[in-house]
Amino acid sequence: MNERLFVITDKPISLEEVIQKVMRPEAGAVTTFIGTVREWTKGKRTLFLQYEAYVSMAEKMLRQIGEEIREKWPEAKVAITHRIGRLDIGEIAVVIAVSSPHRNDAYAANRYAIERIKQIVPIWKKEHWEDGTEWVGNQLETKAYPTGRPEEEDLR
Amino acid sequence: MITLLFFAHLQEAVGEERVILPHVPKTVKELKEEVKQRYRISLEQVMVAVNEEYAGDEQTLQPGDIVAFIPPVSGG
Repeated sequence: MNERLFVITDKPISLEEVIQKVMRPEAGAVTTFIGTVREWTKGKRTLFLQYEAYVSMAEKMLRQIGEEIREKWPEAKVAITHRIGRLDIGEIAVVIAVSSPHRNDAYAANRYAIERIKQIVPIWKKEHWEDGTEWVGNQLETKAYPTGRPEEEDLR
Repeated sequence: MITLLFFAHLQEAVGEERVILPHVPKTVKELKEEVKQRYRISLEQVMVAVNEEYAGDEQTLQPGDIVAFIPPVSGG
């Protein structure tokens, strides 16, 4: 296999390209998750986001998530691309595509992938608000994650 | 020597992305104490990765290790 299934990029993400990586004759279902930059969070307006990653380790952790999915859903195939750098409102930050023979596995594995990304993949976003900036998850600020990972509310 | 990497707000607090430490602290725990004192930063909730693998406090360090300080992640 010469195409890379797990990628960190500083370029805009092509949804179609990620989907094509998991297309195959065995697939009867493909689910995609597209994470985009939200303008309003609890009444606060975001102007743009800056994503940063420990790129080599982030790709390694994405591959690990792929391994975990292979163990839980052996028939699923997953591809993930996450973008870093400056992203404006509405731009795509992450795309996860999962194919499987039947829909249940494709939905479940896709949901699993995004939750794991938010736990173990070393990527950080810096909010640029109208009135300042803040690293999300920065424990020095009010947005700290007391459990060391995002809470249920952040996952919606 | 070992190499230290800092990210996100830790990088801003330390003022460096990469720091070369001439000596090798015995364990991750020892290194964390040193980093906390040297840069006057809190490492609460900060995870440590040694050579791109998450590591516990008791893990021992070897010359040439690359140690990353990883604040709570916020990708996705």
